[in-house]
Amino acid sequence: MKNDRGDIELAGVCKSFDGATNVVDGVNLKIADGAYCCFIGPSGCGKTTILRMIAGHEDPTAGEIVIGGQNVVGLAPVQRRTAMMFQSYALFPHLTVRENIAFALRVRGQSKADRLRAADAMIEKVRLSQFADRLPAQLSGGQQQRVALARAAITEPRVLLLDEPLSALDEQLRVQMRQELRRMQQELGITFIHVTHTQLEAIALADLVVVMEQGKIKQAGAARDVYARPHDRYVAEFMGGQNVLSGRVEKVNGASFTLAQAAPSGIEVPLQARANVSVGDKVDIAVRRDDVALVRPGRDLPPGCTTSLPSRVLAIEYQGYFVKVMLDTVPDDEFVAYVPEKTFFADPFTVGDVVMATWANGSALPLA
Amino acid sequence: MQPSPSQNLSPSRSNLAGWLYVSPLVLVLVPFFVAPILVVLAASFFATDGFGGLTPGFTLVSYVEVLHSALTLKLYLATIKFTVLTWVFTLVIGFFVAYFLVFHVRNQLLAIGLFLLCTVPFWTSNIIRMISWIPLLGKEGLINQALLGIGVIRQPLEVLLFSDLAVVIAYVHQLTIFMIVPIFNSMARIDKKLIEAAIDAGASRFDIMRLIVVPMSKSGIALGTIFVVSIVMGDFFVVKVMSGGGSASVVSAFYEDVGVLQYPTAAASAVLLTLVLVAIVSLILRTVDIRQEITR
Repeated sequence: MKNDRGDIELAGVCKSFDGATNVVDGVNLKIADGAYCCFIGPSGCGKTTILRMIAGHEDPTAGEIVIGGQNVVGLAPVQRRTAMMFQSYALFPHLTVRENIAFALRVRGQSKADRLRAADAMIEKVRLSQFADRLPAQLSGGQQQRVALARAAITEPRVLLLDEPLSALDEQLRVQMRQELRRMQQELGITFIHVTHTQLEAIALADLVVVMEQGKIKQAGAARDVYARPHDRYVAEFMGGQNVLSGRVEKVNGASFTLAQAAPSGIEVPLQARANVSVGDKVDIAVRRDDVALVRPGRDLPPGCTTSLPSRVLAIEYQGYFVKVMLDTVPDDEFVAYVPEKTFFADPFTVGDVVMATWANGSALPLA
Repeated sequence: MQPSPSQNLSPSRSNLAGWLYVSPLVLVLVPFFVAPILVVLAASFFATDGFGGLTPGFTLVSYVEVLHSALTLKLYLATIKFTVLTWVFTLVIGFFVAYFLVFHVRNQLLAIGLFLLCTVPFWTSNIIRMISWIPLLGKEGLINQALLGIGVIRQPLEVLLFSDLAVVIAYVHQLTIFMIVPIFNSMARIDKKLIEAAIDAGASRFDIMRLIVVPMSKSGIALGTIFVVSIVMGDFFVVKVMSGGGSASVVSAFYEDVGVLQYPTAAASAVLLTLVLVAIVSLILRTVDIRQEITR
């Protein structure tokens, strides 16, 4: 009875190492079979612990971990049919690339000829044929990463767990290997669970992004949902690309409400289904940095914009296709506008200029 | 490209720096190691009047005598027997003690404490350590008393003390630490993640030991082997005391030679033993590239 389904369900999973504080605190999550799922959060948020519990290297203090419909708590990694790719790879330094990849087959008692044939096929897949007889120390970081991936994938697991697989690589290689991971995932057609602390990595790869903080899931959803429609201030700030502002609700008018701000006009915010606000509430809102337009004082606002917040330019960073303009719009929080390069250089600002920050009324998003 | 400062130095000056770095070691090794060896080597070619007087010269008489003696072969066989037995037991015990300390004692402080415990026998002198076997292994000793007491034996076991068994027991007791330390050292450098990766791949405890821990402790095993082999082969005291004079080793033979003032024969035996040991050590170094393993 071989069950190839790699869907995962975490139900009330808790983990405590000292019996007092929960490193992972009541996590519930469903991951579809064949999905690419990224856990993201700052270090110490429990994401690696979750990964290790799914892998079977750590037992949950409470809760169930169900893979393919079967509760796997207490089972060995082999019985779970999961495979893990370790941070910094943990390749066996005394074994060649081929022997490293064939290791799992060797301990499963496969004959030498069989396992070397399987290993060679896998080596082909990760394009390491000419390095098959080298030791790990003789490989570059990217090659080592491919060996680690091949070693984990050779047992045909139904779930592959990757613990910060790209953190040991330099920037350029990281982007390249990111694509390779995605390609392998599609080729193998199995569930990948990837732990990272890099936002870009998560949204570039994942079908399902899980944002964590202090052992709890803050938001789980498609990359675009998490990035463009964050639930709360934490997710918005962690995923980046958003300006977060807070203020008191001045009036609620039908489909939108107005947030009191230093600005004379206030801020128009569309009411979302979930935002149940009344006058006087303190509310956080998010505005995407690339939705913010900057207008010189006295000029007309672009159509559809009623909010305009007077700001001073604090710093300017050229980023290539856009220019990052840092403003003092809100007293305590960072406020940044990503201005397209061509727009910026048509009428460039300098540090110290006073500008009006504005955005289309529909683009402000109330946060929970 | 700017030449770096070291390239500015003339070759002779950078050579001088190199010599300065090694000079402390040279100053110790030359008078206390190289010179005595040369003296022994020279003495092995001298002639003797049989009463301790040496005639400087060059003769191979002593070597011919040593190599022709049937006793030499017998002694070497006896010594090799002790060496192999001691090596096997110290290796097995040393490996598992180190394995236990590295992989099963979670608490680092406890591991260091247990490690220090292994050195307790060395807090007293070699002689005391050997004498203390007598009340344990002797005819009236604890073991015989206990065995007699529970009725396993009717006669006290004579084989326990003043026998080859006693020699091996004393060696193992004395030398296991020389296995534990280097093996512990190389095992401690094994990344625990490797063990986890092996478990993840489905390896059993035995697989992990066989495929990961043993190969990665090779350098420690080799170093420990060199210590144990060279100490046992160069020893006569333990054999003499623990066998009660019943067994001898290569060194005890030339110790006797020195006693009867046969210096050139003793020197020739010493040179021969040194050559044998050099051969054994280079054989070990050939199988394990210790230098590479240590810098890994």
